[in-house]
Amino acid sequence: MYFVSVNMKFKFIEEKIFRILMIAATLTVFAFVISIIYTIVAKGWSAMSWDMVSKLPGGGFYIGKEGGFLNAIVGSLYIVGASATLGLMISIPVVFYLNVYLKKRSKMAYIARMAYDVLFGIPSIVYGSFGFTIMIYFGLRTSLLGGIIVVTLLIIPIFIRSMDEVARRFPRDILDTAYSLGATRFETIGVVIRQIAPGIATATLLSVGRAIGDAASVMFTAGYTDSIPTSLSQPAATLPLAVFFQLSSPIKEVQDRAYAAALVLTLIVLILSISGRFITNRFSKNKLQ
Amino acid sequence: MKSLFTTIAFPVETELRKEYRTKNGVGQTIWKKIRFFRPDYKFVRNEGISEIFVSGLNVHIKNNHILKDVNLTIPDKKITCIIGPSGCGKTTLLKTLNRLTDSVEGVKITGKILVNGEDIINSGTEITRIRRKMGLISQRPCPLPMSIFDNVAYGCRIHGIRNRRKLRMIVKHYLNAAGLWEEVKDRLRTPAVRLSIGQQQRLCLARSLAVEPQFILADEATSALDPISSKTIEELFVKLKQNYSIVMVTHTLRQALRIADHVIFMYMGEIIETGSAEEVFNRPQHELTKKYLSGAFS
Repeated sequence: MYFVSVNMKFKFIEEKIFRILMIAATLTVFAFVISIIYTIVAKGWSAMSWDMVSKLPGGGFYIGKEGGFLNAIVGSLYIVGASATLGLMISIPVVFYLNVYLKKRSKMAYIARMAYDVLFGIPSIVYGSFGFTIMIYFGLRTSLLGGIIVVTLLIIPIFIRSMDEVARRFPRDILDTAYSLGATRFETIGVVIRQIAPGIATATLLSVGRAIGDAASVMFTAGYTDSIPTSLSQPAATLPLAVFFQLSSPIKEVQDRAYAAALVLTLIVLILSISGRFITNRFSKNKLQ
Repeated sequence: MKSLFTTIAFPVETELRKEYRTKNGVGQTIWKKIRFFRPDYKFVRNEGISEIFVSGLNVHIKNNHILKDVNLTIPDKKITCIIGPSGCGKTTLLKTLNRLTDSVEGVKITGKILVNGEDIINSGTEITRIRRKMGLISQRPCPLPMSIFDNVAYGCRIHGIRNRRKLRMIVKHYLNAAGLWEEVKDRLRTPAVRLSIGQQQRLCLARSLAVEPQFILADEATSALDPISSKTIEELFVKLKQNYSIVMVTHTLRQALRIADHVIFMYMGEIIETGSAEEVFNRPQHELTKKYLSGAFS
């Protein structure tokens, strides 16, 4: 009897301790989010103005004179929009092929998945330098096109991996149903895409989040400029690089502007994730559980 | 063969479009009403003969011999019930009939399956055309991840019907055939997964019928359903048999007793006894059949 009661007490305490630890871990993450947002708002708010997001940098912008970083915002959106579209166009066929055409235990699928896992782990600076080497080989200068291609390379593994996770749990019954209605393998793509639509939305969100915040891959490939690119061969500015260059300036106003740029970057990501969540919910209404 | 869809005797619609003004005054075209000359649903008689002959069929999956030298006939416009204990190859047989076994790894099929005289195993038959002739209804209803309307229209769309008016008529026609129209006519655009499980099964039936098959393969179609839904499905099958050859795998002997015209008894991958329902149930020839029917094993 004595042992039992001690044991019960111990279990009770154990339960309590671990609960407290879990709550602490959750709160720590939350605290990180709050402190990051607090820092960029506190430091960037003073520099934040409508001019910042609506004007191109003026003559003395980088020594604290007037202007804004519209060039970086537009450049970032260009690169991210184009590479997300390209990435989707490349990775949906890959995921479809891996999961519908190849058998469950096929060697090729195994090797391909391993390759994507390796690509997933490669740091973005390596992509950047790889892209730079290729561009030198072809005699290209830093340009919007180079940035788009390298960022596409960077996010394709993210696309494929997160879509593949969803597509592997795809119920085979649905495929059999489509086949029994006389669909060819290719014609099942409509069904497959509808079923993994929430996965596609999540993947897009993840990769856009990664692409828009990545400085290393665009540093050598897209370059930096004070104007908005009008063709694919012109260099383009990006928000992470705007943060980087302004933060390394010794002048306080310029540093504050870096935080303002970081604030804009965070806001864009925030808007994207909120709308992404909304869209995901909309897409998953048809999904078979 | 004439295009199957053109042979449907669809009545002419009288009132197709109407301009309706919504409350906020924006003009909008909506397909409000499609009225038929014929007030209620009737089957369009399928005059063709639809039969399946299977001879010397052997199916191996990896090292397992699943079906052993199967010979059978699926008669025209009858309900054929395949009965037998679990794991005896009933489902494999059914899936082999429309070659859904293709996607299984390590499968090897030998023998002959003639669907309306056409060998579907050996020759390079275009399998999608064969599959389209056979509507498959699985054990658990499996609606496609789309709306109710799109579920029924999916088959027609992949076979090239794009005309919305026609699609609407087809959807209405076959939802009626499956006895579902009255229940879902106001919510055709809602996801199919929101239907109850019995409704989903009838939706699957409507979806299979919409591609104009000649056979219906039902793999324990009622085993996941409640008694009332399964009764509805059974009644539908009895009604549909005037037009389609129906092959049913069933676990419940009572169900086979109620609706079967023709019975195939399988045991361990072999066909033990075939014959009309009356013969097999009243005068079983084989010892195993007698045992199974008396409930000695199941």
